[in-house]
Amino acid sequence: MSGVVTLKINGQDIGAHDEESILQAALDNGIEIPTLCDLPGLSRIGACRLCLVEIAGNSNLVPACITPVQEDMVVTTDSERLQAYRRTIVELLFAEGNHVCSVCVSNGACELQDLAETLGIDHLRLPGLHPAREVDASHERFILDHNRCVLCTRCVRVCDEVEGAHTWDVTARGIESQIIADLNVAWGDSESCTGCNKCVQVCPTGALVDKGRSVGEMRRRREFLPYLTMMRKENGK
Amino acid sequence: MTRAKLATVWLDGCSGCHMSFLDIDERLLALAESIELVYSPLVDNKVFPDDVDVTLVEGSVSNQDDLDKIRHIRQRTRLLVSLGDCAVMGNVPALRNTIGGDAVLRRVYLAPDLTNPAIPTAGVPSLLPEVLPVHRVVKVDVFIPGCPPSAEVIFYAVGELLAGRQPDLTDKTRFGA
Amino acid sequence: MSTRRPEHRLPEDELELVSQQEQEAKQQYRHHVYVCVGAACLSAGSADVQARLEAEVAGRSIAGGCAVHGGGCRGLCVAGPTVTIEPDNVLYGQIKPDDVADILDNLGGQPVERLHRPTDKPFFMRQQRIVLELAGKVNSERIEDYLANGGYTSLIKALHEMTPAQVINEISRSGLRGRGGAGFPTGLKWRTVAKAEGDVKYVVCNGDEGDPGAFMDRSVMDDYPFRLLEGITIAAYAVGAQQGFIYIRAEYPLSVKRVQNAIRQARKMNLIGDQVVGTSFNFDLKVRVGAGAFVCGEETALLASIEGQRGQPRPRPPYPATSGLWGHPTLINNVETFANVPAIIRNGAAWFAGIGTEQSKGTKVFALTGKIAHSGLIEVPMGITLREIIYDIGGGIPNGKRFKAAQTGGPSGGCIPESHLDISVDYEALAEIGSIMGSGGMIIMDEDTCMVDVAKYFMKFCMEESCGKCIPCRVGTAQIYHLLEKITQGAATMADLELLEELCDVVKHTSLCGLGQAAPNPVVSTLRFFRDEYIAHIVDGHCPTGICPLQTPQNAIEES
Ligand SMILES: Cc1cc2nc3c(=O)[nH]c(=O)nc-3n(C[C@H](O)[C@H](O)[C@H](O)COP(=O)(O)O)c2cc1C
Ligand code: SF4
Ligand code: SF4
Ligand code: FES
Repeated sequence: MSGVVTLKINGQDIGAHDEESILQAALDNGIEIPTLCDLPGLSRIGACRLCLVEIAGNSNLVPACITPVQEDMVVTTDSERLQAYRRTIVELLFAEGNHVCSVCVSNGACELQDLAETLGIDHLRLPGLHPAREVDASHERFILDHNRCVLCTRCVRVCDEVEGAHTWDVTARGIESQIIADLNVAWGDSESCTGCNKCVQVCPTGALVDKGRSVGEMRRRREFLPYLTMMRKENGK
Repeated sequence: MTRAKLATVWLDGCSGCHMSFLDIDERLLALAESIELVYSPLVDNKVFPDDVDVTLVEGSVSNQDDLDKIRHIRQRTRLLVSLGDCAVMGNVPALRNTIGGDAVLRRVYLAPDLTNPAIPTAGVPSLLPEVLPVHRVVKVDVFIPGCPPSAEVIFYAVGELLAGRQPDLTDKTRFGA
Repeated sequence: MSTRRPEHRLPEDELELVSQQEQEAKQQYRHHVYVCVGAACLSAGSADVQARLEAEVAGRSIAGGCAVHGGGCRGLCVAGPTVTIEPDNVLYGQIKPDDVADILDNLGGQPVERLHRPTDKPFFMRQQRIVLELAGKVNSERIEDYLANGGYTSLIKALHEMTPAQVINEISRSGLRGRGGAGFPTGLKWRTVAKAEGDVKYVVCNGDEGDPGAFMDRSVMDDYPFRLLEGITIAAYAVGAQQGFIYIRAEYPLSVKRVQNAIRQARKMNLIGDQVVGTSFNFDLKVRVGAGAFVCGEETALLASIEGQRGQPRPRPPYPATSGLWGHPTLINNVETFANVPAIIRNGAAWFAGIGTEQSKGTKVFALTGKIAHSGLIEVPMGITLREIIYDIGGGIPNGKRFKAAQTGGPSGGCIPESHLDISVDYEALAEIGSIMGSGGMIIMDEDTCMVDVAKYFMKFCMEESCGKCIPCRVGTAQIYHLLEKITQGAATMADLELLEELCDVVKHTSLCGLGQAAPNPVVSTLRFFRDEYIAHIVDGHCPTGICPLQTPQNAIEES
């Protein structure tokens, strides 16, 4: 049973289906909320925390991507506090890896770069951690550059949920976390990888890219995602 | 009318930001009306003057010489501008931070196929342990990200600063642009 | 009320019989010697003591007879290995195998002066034992001994005399709150699970006990696991669960062994399994061993781990009570929470609610450690003051040093300074001054402790234990740790301090689970009460306690 609820987002009256997320309702009404881990068509994990919003009467911030709308909810998506938190979170990401946009294959097609721009980040107050990370170029068609990975796990989810290969996973903990293929083999040696390139298409940064491209040449195609998910739904999955 | 004193310096960068500055082209002439370029790799002055209004800094702080220079300059500048990604966030020079300066020197100067492998010490400044963006070392007033920032953006930003306004760079430039 | 199986002898009578036989068997011996086989005493050599006791007892004739048992912890861990003589209630400490002869020589007479630990001292008198009431006085590996001491009467009472709703009511009215850290009302949680839709429901016991230095839950699991099983089984009956899991960290092999043994024995006695004690209630229990990540103590991560997935938290809601294991309603409680349940059912809600403060009822077990004369495991009524714990029970600060702070709640908690020594130890009062009750770690620090160093220690722990899923916790804790390191190196500026406070605020308010949300607490709390120490490091380049190796900043590169 689905019904329609009315709520307020940033003072604007909005009608939405009751199984919709706050994020979806906002987007449908032209209200942008920054996201990173979320990608329509994949399961939602509420991990990046960029989409946190304020709800009147709730002292906790909630992730808009996985919180369903409710009747009479009063949502704020763009307070000064939220914007400050988002800037810090994006800064944390830049400081965590080695994100050198100027020499990145994804320069100009990167969601991290876009986030910095839209949030008005013009420098990093936090010191870079400069971890020594590897580049895995063992696959014949693609490259995984751990220096640029933001651990959004989109690749893990698309591979598991859409392609069904479950090649990718996350190993270790905390700041040491890392994407691995199979049981930590070089990607080129992975027996489960079908070479479908879906992970490369969903990666938000320059971490997963086509081989042979130069700086700023990477472009992503993600049209397949909603279709595939829709088809799987219709097939009763 | 007294003209504003502008300086530009080149620390650890590729000079791309200075090239972009020059790409302002004919508008440089208009700019020249309102400024006096008192110190720059582009002009011949050897001494940094005492009372500069605006200094554009290209490049990261990578060695002892960069560090001495930028401290000296900061004390003599009203508005210090980090121009370009190297100054703003370390950028390409900071790639060495993941492996350390010593490893880089050894790789370059002690490679087995060199005829005279030796790490130079005389007359060259020592590398800092870590490549740093300018604001980690001295206070920075304005940041202009980009690699390099376009001539357009530089022209706009300098114009605003000379007019006494904080340039609003939203949607005009970004890291890597 | 449950339907009974028609049979000649009722199952509860069978149990009664076992209990009687055990009591009779025990009466054949005038003396019972319980050697503590808790982890602390074991590591102090209690197994050798027990072996020597058994050999000596076999080799000599003792008037009235003597039986030797492996028993549980009396809490005085600093005096391990400990030995208890029942029914005379004589406690001996720091026993070596060579002391065994003396002990046996004096059975029934005057206690051996040199080994005696009188139990009329404040360490014991100021405690109130509910959870640990039988610890040290029953055999840890024999269900018969537990039965003989009144064990399982509460389960039988619940199954035969109470409806599930009545059990839940009793727990609600008792005021019991979760002992795993957050203090959520237990009755309310049970009711939510009971009401949740679905035929399949689970009960999970959280025995992950990840706080560094904490060993309350281990003590229950090691010392008398039957008590835990009884509590869990009552809970399962109340919420309508058919299957339960006890999640124990792999670092507790003894707990795993004892709990598994207890489950086997309980199953044999039909205290779990099909038609428990002859009723229509079916319930089974399994042990799951966790790989020892701190975050796996967080309930959603723990459930993921039981399901065989990577132990990572997920956002709540939905809460486990409505959607837990494999999507089914799941009750998850802490070991100590469950261990309180049989006492409440036996003595009634009013009795329990009569202990403690207005909003914090009952007792709390603490692992008292650090710069304290009597470190060990204590159980105190809620509302006792910190001063009483430290000076009466704990015997004060050793070596004539001055008390500086007490840390509760481990990496998620905070520090309580000298000015708050008279604070009432309850959920509300602790939260009010920026600490938490936590699961029961209590570390006492003296004047030689550097509070910045303490904050750094806990932040390192959180940084290393962060699961890495969400950005603020994964990277924020690392940045905070580096800032603290910079401060303890004497390289930080006041701008760094400002940044530190800002990052604490971000990590607290934006992290996904309790680990990240609480990780800044030790920093925030030490900043609140010991800000001058931070300033001393930064501005004066000086660590007031001399703990921090302040160097002439190796990178005085950054501007101050
Ligand atoms: C990082 C983290 C670690 C936790 N570790 C434990 C633990 O070791 N034992 C425990 O009982 N609860 C732990 N908890 C609390 C559980 O999530 C949960 O609230 C508790 O088991 C519920 O039981 P209670 O209501 O009986 O306290 C932890 C929570 C967090 C956020
Ligand atoms: S490789 Fe790309 S898609 Fe995968 S976790 Fe890293 S940033 Fe996300
Ligand atoms: S707060 Fe920390 S432990 Fe919890 S989900 Fe986020 S990264 Fe994992
Ligand atoms: S988009 Fe909602 S948490 Fe990442």
